[in-house]
Amino acid sequence: MGKHNFGYFVHEGLSNMFSHGFMSFAAIGITVACLLIMGTFSLVAVNANALLADLEQENEILAFIEEDCTDQQIKALEKTLGAVPNVTSVTFISREEAMEKFLEDYPDEEYFKDLDPEILRDRFSLKIDDLELISQTVEQVRNTQGIGGINAYEDVAGGFITVRNVASVVCIALIAILFIVSLFIISNTIRLTTFDRREEIAIMRMVGATNGFIRWPFVYEGFLLGLLGSTIAFFLQWMLYEAVSKGVSTNDALQLIDVVPFQQLWKPVALTFGCAGILIGVGGSLSAIRKYLQV
Amino acid sequence: MVESESAVIELKDVEMTYENGTKAVRGISLRIRPGEFVFLVGPSGSGKSTIIKLLTGEVEPSVGRVRVNGFSTRNISERQIPLMRRTLGVIFQDFRLIDKKTVYDNLAFVMRAVGASARESRQRIPYVLELVGLEDKAHSYPNELSGGEQQRVAIARALVNNPDTIIADEPTGNLDPERSLELMDLLVKINELGTTMVVVTHEKDLVDRFGKRVITIDSGRVINDSVGRYVGGHIHG
Ligand SMILES: Nc1ncnc2c1ncn2[C@@H]1O[C@H](COP(=O)(O)OP(=O)(O)OP(=O)(O)O)[C@@H](O)[C@H]1O
Ligand SMILES: [Mg+2]
Repeated sequence: MGKHNFGYFVHEGLSNMFSHGFMSFAAIGITVACLLIMGTFSLVAVNANALLADLEQENEILAFIEEDCTDQQIKALEKTLGAVPNVTSVTFISREEAMEKFLEDYPDEEYFKDLDPEILRDRFSLKIDDLELISQTVEQVRNTQGIGGINAYEDVAGGFITVRNVASVVCIALIAILFIVSLFIISNTIRLTTFDRREEIAIMRMVGATNGFIRWPFVYEGFLLGLLGSTIAFFLQWMLYEAVSKGVSTNDALQLIDVVPFQQLWKPVALTFGCAGILIGVGGSLSAIRKYLQV
Repeated sequence: MVESESAVIELKDVEMTYENGTKAVRGISLRIRPGEFVFLVGPSGSGKSTIIKLLTGEVEPSVGRVRVNGFSTRNISERQIPLMRRTLGVIFQDFRLIDKKTVYDNLAFVMRAVGASARESRQRIPYVLELVGLEDKAHSYPNELSGGEQQRVAIARALVNNPDTIIADEPTGNLDPERSLELMDLLVKINELGTTMVVVTHEKDLVDRFGKRVITIDSGRVINDSVGRYVGGHIHG
């Protein structure tokens, strides 16, 4: 006694699995479906988050200054804007500097070469901290005396924030529900094999097998079901992800979106799927075997 | 206390009430010594199977104390029950063999269940099968055997882990008289090799024939405990 009879337990677990081929197949299928749904929503949330982080990095609000402001008023305005909550920096850009920048960004456009800076306005470039608060910040800047207009991506940011928040909430709810569903299905599959083996279990108990010894084959059965489910789910998720990112990058309306490459995500995805699958499988088997081990 | 050391089985003022309120055992004290052969007899519903269940730890006494091979089944810990059961071999009226396994695998299965290696099984099983006279049936399946042969497989299975005590609940209940006699002869032979034997039976003729200690139970009490004869009135299966 004492040593863990790994080969025996795995063999028994496998033969349990094959003795109910169809139910095992169904249990694996459900686990795959659950993991895929969880995974898809999580990956959407991850991408929305990445996009938001990008926007946060690049995002500047341009606040245009009224034509009739004096240098002194501009100085005061800079201070006022700096004090607006959520604004982290205020940089003054003169119309000449704006023109230069413009020409740098579009060097090939001969047409702009002779443009008079006078058609541009002096402006402030504002950096903000939290994109979620961008609407309030924009509103406050717009209402500041001396600001004649504003240019911000608040709609874009708002869109991504909504996507991310919805994905996160759906994600958490789905994970909870699907986790319970898969646990239930796996538990029922294993309950079938424990039912098939109730005589063997009764005999083992009668001759003095420990609960651990009786339990292990079923734990391995659950483990194998979960592991198989998560492996299949991983590869399907990978294929699905590649297909969707290809679709996004070739779609005219969506090509601005930078999809995070799967290479950066496969490790956490594999780890999460593996852990979730094994947890579902082992949890399901423990709940299935529990009633046979009383008395 | 010194006395109880020498008993392998001891019941002291034991009462047992099932959850539905049935009082199956109503104050039994008895002691069985190492190497004894004991018949437990009595009418149907008198509490014999309940006493067997008290010995195997399937049920706990509501009152009193049960000791089996050094384990006290009152307050026994969850972990100790398997160890206690390893000192017992149990035989039932309905054999309870695994139909999908051969005779050999039925025995190997219970050896493995308590941690024996395949090598130990290969050494032990032929010996036990020879003892019960089934050395040529090792690779048969239970449903290829007669009732008497199946019950001998069950005896072999009870023996294979080398228990101190064998407990049999109506082992001959499903057998014709001739097979019953053969089987009882076999149990006596095993007892003579040193295993304590507790046998529940209805069969008066058999009991009278062997001249062993007979404990008669009625309505959850011991009404007679003497050597040799089945005392008591009407007996029905
Ligand atoms: N699981 C149970 N739950 C409730 N009552 C039970 C249970 N098992 C047995 N009994 C009752 O306990 C009493 C004793 O039953 P037990 O099985 O010990 O009798 P027995 O002597 O073995 O009878 P038989 O010779 O018919 O096998 C009976 O009245 C029976 O109905
Ligand atoms: Mg009975």
